[in-house]
Amino acid sequence: MADGLYADGIAAGRLSGEEYDRNFSDLHPPLDRHEAAVEADRCYFCFDAPCMTACPTSIDIPMFIRQIATDNPLGSARTIFDQNILGGMCARVCPTETLCEEACVREEAEGKPVQIGRLQRYATDAAMAVGAQFYERAAPTGKRVAIVGAGPAGLACAHRLAMHGHDVTIFEARSKPGGLNEFGIAVYKTPDGFAQAEVDYVMAIGGITLEEGKALGRDFSLGDLSRDFDAVFLGMGLAGVNALGADGEDVEGVESAVDYIAHLRQAQDLASLPIGRRVVVIGGGMTAIDAAVQARLLGAEEVTICYRRGQEHMNASEFEQDLAASKGVVIRHWLQPQRILAENGKVTGIELEYTALKDGKLSGTGETLTLRADQVFKAIGQSFEAGVLNGSGASISLEGRRIKVDEEGRTSLSKVWAGGDCIAGGDDLTVSAVAQGRDAAESIHRALAG
Amino acid sequence: MADIRSNFVGIKSPNPFWLASAPPTDKAYNVERAFKAGWGGVVWKTLGEEGPPVVNVNGPRYGAIWGADRRLLGLNNIELITDRDLYLNLREIKQVKKNWPDRALIVSLMVPCEEQAWKAILPLVEETEADGIELNFGCPHGMSERGMGSAVGQVPEYVEMVVRWCKQTTRMPVITKLTPNITDVRKPARAAHAGGTDAVSLINTINSITGVDLDSFAPEPTIDGKGSHGGYCGPAVKPIALNMVAEIARDPETAGLPISGIGGVTTWRDAAEFLALGAGTVQVCTAAMTYGFKIVEEMIEGLENWMDAKGHTTLDDVIGRATPNVTDWQYLNLNYVTKARIDQDQCIKCGRCHIACEDTSHQAITAMVDGKRHFEVMEEECVGCNLCVNVCPVEGCIDMVPLAAGALDKRTGETVQPVYANWTTHPNNPAKVAAE
Repeated sequence: MADGLYADGIAAGRLSGEEYDRNFSDLHPPLDRHEAAVEADRCYFCFDAPCMTACPTSIDIPMFIRQIATDNPLGSARTIFDQNILGGMCARVCPTETLCEEACVREEAEGKPVQIGRLQRYATDAAMAVGAQFYERAAPTGKRVAIVGAGPAGLACAHRLAMHGHDVTIFEARSKPGGLNEFGIAVYKTPDGFAQAEVDYVMAIGGITLEEGKALGRDFSLGDLSRDFDAVFLGMGLAGVNALGADGEDVEGVESAVDYIAHLRQAQDLASLPIGRRVVVIGGGMTAIDAAVQARLLGAEEVTICYRRGQEHMNASEFEQDLAASKGVVIRHWLQPQRILAENGKVTGIELEYTALKDGKLSGTGETLTLRADQVFKAIGQSFEAGVLNGSGASISLEGRRIKVDEEGRTSLSKVWAGGDCIAGGDDLTVSAVAQGRDAAESIHRALAG
Repeated sequence: MADIRSNFVGIKSPNPFWLASAPPTDKAYNVERAFKAGWGGVVWKTLGEEGPPVVNVNGPRYGAIWGADRRLLGLNNIELITDRDLYLNLREIKQVKKNWPDRALIVSLMVPCEEQAWKAILPLVEETEADGIELNFGCPHGMSERGMGSAVGQVPEYVEMVVRWCKQTTRMPVITKLTPNITDVRKPARAAHAGGTDAVSLINTINSITGVDLDSFAPEPTIDGKGSHGGYCGPAVKPIALNMVAEIARDPETAGLPISGIGGVTTWRDAAEFLALGAGTVQVCTAAMTYGFKIVEEMIEGLENWMDAKGHTTLDDVIGRATPNVTDWQYLNLNYVTKARIDQDQCIKCGRCHIACEDTSHQAITAMVDGKRHFEVMEEECVGCNLCVNVCPVEGCIDMVPLAAGALDKRTGETVQPVYANWTTHPNNPAKVAAE
């Protein structure tokens, strides 16, 4: 049996050390001072800027870019952090092409928006490099707030609450904070331990205690938190992974893309990570892309994304789709998984059925296609696990199987707020989670002050 | 094909593009390269009187300001006149002129404001068979502290006196180079004219400090912690130069006096503008110092193309054509009414027109119409000021559209009159009677 690149089945060490390093280095190298100045000069400093309106955290983009143009990167960083304390990560992972950069008037003028994301990274990197802290805690209020989940929503909420002088305790189920920033995003988007560095930067304001390895529903209940704290913010994200609904998916080699990405992010040595020679990823969102691209980068020979609807329906942005294509991932549409093929308990392929929209409804056409595969990743979405909230007094109201909140992030329970992916009506973006955490913190602050 | 050969006070050159007296024309090596590149003429860097040459600073001689992408917009310098031996320069001038008989070679001069000093150097220059001399009455730094350069140019009586000495002494055409560091540039121009100058050239550089180092608190360029004002030039000074050229071109006392236009000429278009305002040739320095001598190819070709496109066959078809249209404010037609009009198809919705108008002008541009981001001129508020045109990043998106005679000006509620009427006859003018 061949070794390395052409080893059949799921195998580690397909590439050389150099190849791993190259494949997983920074996707967008940072702008240097001159590049940033040139790019910043392209900004028109629009009135009531459309980019700013398009940003879920409403960062004053023209202002921070102008501050870069005037060689004031720290001032620029403060403008960003004022609205989004996780501006460094958002600069890396935001689908800017569908947010600020899509709205940029230069997009309309010449099809080349100002590279807002990269400029934001330039400024936030500059501040974090010198450990510049822009916020001081207000006088202690003596109020205590519990936060469930140390992801983007929880961290943004914690920082804003700490700023207002409240004492915050974050309960994080995993052994490390960061949430999807740490466990759920492709390596090349946030290399070099950036997610942890950012957590440290956020926590440096003080007044935030982190309790790792503490899971809601296992180690404590919502009732406990409501009793012991003045307010609670739920930002635990989505713990469940949707099933394929295909026959025979409980065999070796059929894995959750989310888990695989988490595993990859925590790997000390990428060469130790086994990956299939022929990989099929089922799904059409960012996670599908992240899993597929990284599978290729780990040395998988064939990687195919199969999505049950058309290209125009994919949640993954056009940029992400192009990135996948450029890395050699094949994206196929109008295919839904029907049956996992296996031998000796190990996946050998997947049978998919062609689909079509009939009268607005998706259904199988009856025609099938079989792809060889020694690894299949499920990336068809995550779900909220409401179970952890139950059994502790009044149940929280859900909407569309996620937590129902009002415009300030208040849940149906008094003293309990929520934000991030676990709430209903969201768009599952880091930047939206930050906005929701921040806004809930302001709401909590108003409630506690009242 | 347009004929762009120039005959400027009898000095012939294949095109009107000369290099100004400055570092690019300091020695034979550079001038030879310039002529090879196609420059029509050169004003050799200023010679001083016989004796030990001046010395320059050994630190930075230049400071600059930049636009986007570090595009050089303005340059200043504190370099003095040539720091090479007089006779070395003269020998080189003679040789270069011999090598390039079809090119204009003018020698810039600056000696103490004494008749003897001028009378001593002129025969030496004549002997080189150079085409003419340019009197450097403009250099604003260093030499002016020694009573030369702009120290002379700022005193019209001195200008007239030195010009007269030169005209009495030499057969060579005399071009008097003027300083802009003066309130009314017409005064030294008139003085030069009275002294018999064949032409004036302007502008020399403008007193300037390009910046301040905020760590050392020293002006730039900085020499060991100190700075001295330098002479400013480059694209940033072009509007000032154009105005000064026009002032002299349209002054009844100096009308018709040949002008060599200098100041920020960077492209053929800049040159054409100087010509239109009355310059017979243009002199270039900063553009060459920024991009090298090759730019002259674009200038020559661009000027020819434009002239061909417009049917101008010789430079005389262009020179001074805009001069009659430069007038005093009081003669501008107050019955000419324009309104800004935004082409919605070209608008990229940046909103700069709106905020400029809203914050700093006449509140005449919408930001939102029917709940949508939409920028449109409200004619009842628009005074036709053109600010929106100037801040709009899309060229041609906003136009100033004149109202036809008989149309209603929604701002004033009055009908646009078909006749020319200026301030001198306006009822609000307290001096109206006197003006009539």
